[in-house]
Amino acid sequence: MRREAIFNTALWLGLLAYPVWAWLGDEPYQITLATRVAILALAGVGLNIALGLGGLVSLGHAMFFGIGGYAAGILASHAQSYTPLYDGAFTIEGTQNMLVIWLVAVVAAGLVALVTGALSLRTSGVYFIMITLAFGQMFYYFTISWPAYGGEDGLSIYVRNWFPGLNTLDPLTFFLICFSILSLALLLSWRIAGSAFGLALNAARQNEDRVRAVGIEPYRLRLVAFVISGAITGLAGALYADLNRFVSPTMFSWQLSGEIMVFVILGGVARLFGPVAGAALFILLEEVLGGVSDYWHIWLGVLLLIVVLFARGGLIGLIAGQGTGQATGQRKRAGGADD
Amino acid sequence: MSAALFIEQVFNGLQFGVMLFLMSAGLTLIFGVMGLINLAHGALYMVGAFAAAAVSAATGSFLLALMGALAASAVAGVLVEVIVIRRLYARDHLDQVLATFALILIFSEGTRWVFGSFPLYLDVPAALAGPVMLPFGIAYPAYRLAIIGIGLVVAAALFFLIAGTRVGMRIRAGESDREMIGALGVNISALYTGVFALGAALAGFAGALVGAIQSVQVGMGEPVLILAFVTIVIGGIGSIRGAFVGALLVGLTDTLGRVLLPILFSAVMEPSAAATVGGALASMAIYILMALVLLFKPTGLYGGAA
Repeated sequence: MRREAIFNTALWLGLLAYPVWAWLGDEPYQITLATRVAILALAGVGLNIALGLGGLVSLGHAMFFGIGGYAAGILASHAQSYTPLYDGAFTIEGTQNMLVIWLVAVVAAGLVALVTGALSLRTSGVYFIMITLAFGQMFYYFTISWPAYGGEDGLSIYVRNWFPGLNTLDPLTFFLICFSILSLALLLSWRIAGSAFGLALNAARQNEDRVRAVGIEPYRLRLVAFVISGAITGLAGALYADLNRFVSPTMFSWQLSGEIMVFVILGGVARLFGPVAGAALFILLEEVLGGVSDYWHIWLGVLLLIVVLFARGGLIGLIAGQGTGQATGQRKRAGGADD
Repeated sequence: MSAALFIEQVFNGLQFGVMLFLMSAGLTLIFGVMGLINLAHGALYMVGAFAAAAVSAATGSFLLALMGALAASAVAGVLVEVIVIRRLYARDHLDQVLATFALILIFSEGTRWVFGSFPLYLDVPAALAGPVMLPFGIAYPAYRLAIIGIGLVVAAALFFLIAGTRVGMRIRAGESDREMIGALGVNISALYTGVFALGAALAGFAGALVGAIQSVQVGMGEPVLILAFVTIVIGGIGSIRGAFVGALLVGLTDTLGRVLLPILFSAVMEPSAAATVGGALASMAIYILMALVLLFKPTGLYGGAA
C-alpha cells in the first residue's frame, strides 16, 4: 500500500502543478484540460463509491451527471432572463451563485438516486446493469422531448456562475475550485471506505448472505451508497456545465455512463485515486491519439479490452501492485438472479 | 382519432415489437446459455444493416442484401466470440460490460472508418414498395406488413429450434447445467460459438430489415440495444417467451403512447401543452412500464425466482 500512497500523492500534486505550470506559460487550454480531468475524476469518484465499494455496476451514472448539469443550467438561465423558476404561492428565483447551484445539484441528483436506486436495487446482477442503463436513457429522451429548456439543442450559460469572493472567469481560479471539491470528495470517499458503513458495504459485496446473517440489511447500505454516489456525480455535472457554459441531453447519454465507468476501470477499481488516474489517462489519450487519428476511439477500445482481459488492476494496479481493496475477482457476485 | 388510424398504429407497434424480438431473442439466449451480458449486440445489428446496404448497392437485390446481412453478422459474431467473448464467460458482469463496451467503440469507429459518417440508404424491394389494402379501407405499407410476417415466422422457427430439435435440447441443457452436458460429450465451446452466432445473425437480420425503413448509420444499434434490454428485463432474462411478450408490449406501448398520450392530455389542457406533456411522457412510457413490472415482479414476467 505504500507504493500506492506515494503514487496517489504524486498524482494529486501533478494534477495541481500542471495547470499552475500552464498558467505561468500562459496556456489557458491546458488549464481547461486539467479542469476537465478534475471534474470527470469527481464523477468517477462518485461512481467508485457504488461500483468499487458496493459492487453495484451502475451503467446509468450519466443520469446524475446530467441532472447536476441541468440544475446549473436551469437556475442560471432563469437568473439570466430574470424570470422566476416558480411563481405561485411563493416565488423561486433562479440564481448564478455556485454554492446554491451545487446544493440544488447534490439534492436533486441524490433524490433521483434515491428513487431509481430504490427500484433498481430490488434486483441484482445483470438486471441492475440493464435497469440503471434504462433509467439513464429515460432521462435522456425526456430532456430531448421537453422543449422548455432547449430540448435537443441544450441550454447555454452565457456568463459562468459566480462564487462569493472569487473571480470564476479566471481559468486557474475555476480549476482550483474544481480541484478543491475533488480533494474533498476523495477525502469523503476515503473516510467512507474506512467507516463502519463502508466496511459493511464492502462485506455485503463480498458475501451478502453472511452480512445478512449478522443482522445487516444489504439493501439499505446499498441504497445509501447509491445516493451518495449519485450526489457526488451530480455535483460533477454542475461543475461540468460551468466549465462548458453549456448543457445538453448528451450529458445524459449512455456513452457518458460508459466513459465514467471506463475512468474508474482504467485507473483501477476500488482504488481511492483510481478515477483520478483513469480520467487523466483518458484525457491524455484523447489529446494524443485524437491528434493522430480521427478514429481514436478504436484505440481506446483496444486499450480497454487489454486492460479488462489482461491487466485487471488498471493503471494503479500496474504501478502499485495488488492492493487490499481489490474489487470483484474472477468470481460472479453471489446471490444474483443470474446464477 | 379514427379507428383506421388506430389500427394502423397498432400495426406499427407490432412491427416495432417484432423487430425488438429479433434483437432481444439473441440477447436473452446468450445470457441464458452463457451467462453473458453483451452490450455489443447493437453493434452486430449495425453490422447487419451496413452489410445489407453494401450488398444492395453492389447487386441491387434485396434478397441478396438480406443474405449478406445474415452472413456478415454471423461471421462477425463468430470472430468476436472466438477472439474476445470466450474469455469472458468465467468473469464477472463488470468485466463483461467493459469488454463489450470496448467492442462497441471498436465496431462503431471501425464502421465510420470504412463507410464514413454519412448515413447510407437501403431501398425497400420494389415488390413490397406500395401499400396493401386491408379490410375496413386501411392502406398499410406492404413492407412493414412483410416485416411483421417475417418476424413472426422467425419467432416460430426459433421456438421450434429451441423446443423441438436436438440442437435446441443441447442449448436448453447448456442453460441448466453446462458442466453436465460437457461431461456427456457435447462440445460446449462449439455450442457457445453457435449460440452466439445465432444471436448475432438474428440481430444482423433485424438491422437489415429496419435499415430499409430508417437510415443506415453508425450508432444505430445502441438505442435498439437499450430497448432490447428493457424488453428482456420486462420479459424475464433468459426466457425466449418472455422476450416475445416483452417485445410486443414495448413495441405497442411506445408506438401507441406517442399517438394516444397527447390526445389524452388534450382533453384536460390546451393543445400545445398537451402535445408537450404527452410527448415527454410518451418518451418515458416504456421505462415507466419497466419500473411497474419490476415493482411487482423483480425478475420479469417470465423470469425464474431471484
